[in-house]
Amino acid sequence: MNTETLIPKVGVVTDIRIDTPDVKTFRVVGLDGKKVFEHIPGQCAMLSVPGVGEGMFSITSSPTNTEFMEFSIKKCGCLTSWLHAMEVGQQITIRGPYGNGFPVETALKGKDLLFIAGGIGLAPLRSVINYVRDKRENYGKIQIIYGSRSKDDLVDYQEILDEWMQDEGVEVNLTIDREQEGWDGHVGFVPNYVKELNPDLSKTVLMCGPPIMIKFTLAGLKELGFQETQVYTTMELRMKCAIGKCGRCNIGNKYVCKDGPVFRFDELDELPNEY
Amino acid sequence: MLKLSLKKLDELFAAMAQSQALYIPADNGGQAQYLRWAPGMKMTAALNTVRSAKDFFFPQTEGLVNFKMTGKTIEVIDPRTEAEDFVVFGVRACDARSFSILDKVFLVDPVDTYYQNRREHGTIVTMACRQPEETCFCTSFGIDPTHPEGDAVCWMTDDALYFEAVTPKGEALKEKIASLFEESDDAAVKAQQAETKAVLDRLPLHTFTAEPLGGDVLMKVFDSPSWKSLSEACLGCGTCTFVCPTCQCYDVRDFDTGNGIQRFRCWDSCMYSDFTLMAHGNSRNSQVERFRQRFMHKLVYFPANNDGEYGCVGCGRCLAKCPISMNIVKVAKCLEGELK
Repeated sequence: MNTETLIPKVGVVTDIRIDTPDVKTFRVVGLDGKKVFEHIPGQCAMLSVPGVGEGMFSITSSPTNTEFMEFSIKKCGCLTSWLHAMEVGQQITIRGPYGNGFPVETALKGKDLLFIAGGIGLAPLRSVINYVRDKRENYGKIQIIYGSRSKDDLVDYQEILDEWMQDEGVEVNLTIDREQEGWDGHVGFVPNYVKELNPDLSKTVLMCGPPIMIKFTLAGLKELGFQETQVYTTMELRMKCAIGKCGRCNIGNKYVCKDGPVFRFDELDELPNEY
Repeated sequence: MLKLSLKKLDELFAAMAQSQALYIPADNGGQAQYLRWAPGMKMTAALNTVRSAKDFFFPQTEGLVNFKMTGKTIEVIDPRTEAEDFVVFGVRACDARSFSILDKVFLVDPVDTYYQNRREHGTIVTMACRQPEETCFCTSFGIDPTHPEGDAVCWMTDDALYFEAVTPKGEALKEKIASLFEESDDAAVKAQQAETKAVLDRLPLHTFTAEPLGGDVLMKVFDSPSWKSLSEACLGCGTCTFVCPTCQCYDVRDFDTGNGIQRFRCWDSCMYSDFTLMAHGNSRNSQVERFRQRFMHKLVYFPANNDGEYGCVGCGRCLAKCPISMNIVKVAKCLEGELK
């Protein structure tokens, strides 16, 4: 771990992709044109625009991408609005990686995986999805259930169509909240769709999305017979230091920045419901 | 043990200040405060300083990194310089213990090098307490105010100062000042310690213990209905967190100097409504949750992560300063009552 961790490095934004009306994906490399650091899927980085602020963002690209890192960021506050107004070539600051990440080399290895995402919740899961797609031999079947408000709000839609859906052994189930012209896929909320699809109980679940989706999906999974010990999620709380010292992202005695952001639901069960 | 006549106290301070900065608790407009010693400055008779001694290692505001922005480019500038050597003289046992608690936050991996830099350059000379006050309860946390921790320890009687070096840093300081002292036995110190202990036994909080909260009671205590009534009158002023020697939460902010950006950190308070506020909501929406966070952190979360050590040293500052007279003793007692 870098002991000068509060002092960031400079990153260059080399590409900006408009994903949805309020989500853009930024490609970032160091001043030397290479990745700023290596990471585990699910880990995060502190990005900042000096003078505007610094915030924690999940790294949406897979570690198997050797050229650059990507961040899918929803415009929802001061810093993210600034990031959305950036042009290619802009420098930002970056430090990390932070957090524990998903146990891709241990608990998840050899398992059939079920990814459940809602809206921008796909961002941290995309890192894992592309990681296991690149290391296909280490994992079983992959199912991805992803929903958004509308077709236009599906993050990474083109990549889903062109790559994920073309992969053998990868099943993708998309849904949107309401009927929309030009959409002949499933319509309905994620929790109900999961129940309809009735996934096999042997699967290990990785879930991320808005709190309300998480709440109802977890309840639905339990109804289907899933145990909390086979469901992982990734959390987000306000952070300043990202190294467990500034004291605000704790849930009970665990800090989301260093003990998380990835938790299994049985671990969360032992902690106060303060998130 | 070394002994020095109090008449030679000024000489002692001068000797200590010769090769490094010296800070002593002094009177500043009627309030005890650590000030940089200069010839003529007298030590205060007050028991404790209004603000704790944590400023020396974890200052209220501190520059982290500077940025120079030109067009689309950013230059990162490390503003740190090596800290100067300094001595803090007259630190009480409670504040001395707070440093080892702060160490458990800032010196665990990844090490906070800003804190570490100051810590390495600071020598702590503690002062045994003679007249503990009614708000004192350091003994509840296993602290002996008649024999504080520190690089060196002092005892003051009516006419003399006794000095004992403890660590290599303390020994190094001792070498610089030893010529002023004479060798002495510890009879006077022992007598004074016995007197102080008799006072300690009469203090209103001397039987207080947080022991029942140290175990595996997290959820039981967290869900207690008492948090609502305990926090009802809390103003959210954050005074408790600012005077607290172990409160270490901080904010990181950017300041535009007109010529660049200074990123600094400053003390923050879990009692404030924007402490956990995010664009999409707040995980601690009301003062009940913020109030609970502070006490749970000190009495349950910190011990859970640090082999049972509490995040409180019983200095009594929050008892003395809270405008609604709420305090950690009342909170702990209330919760313990419920656990029975």
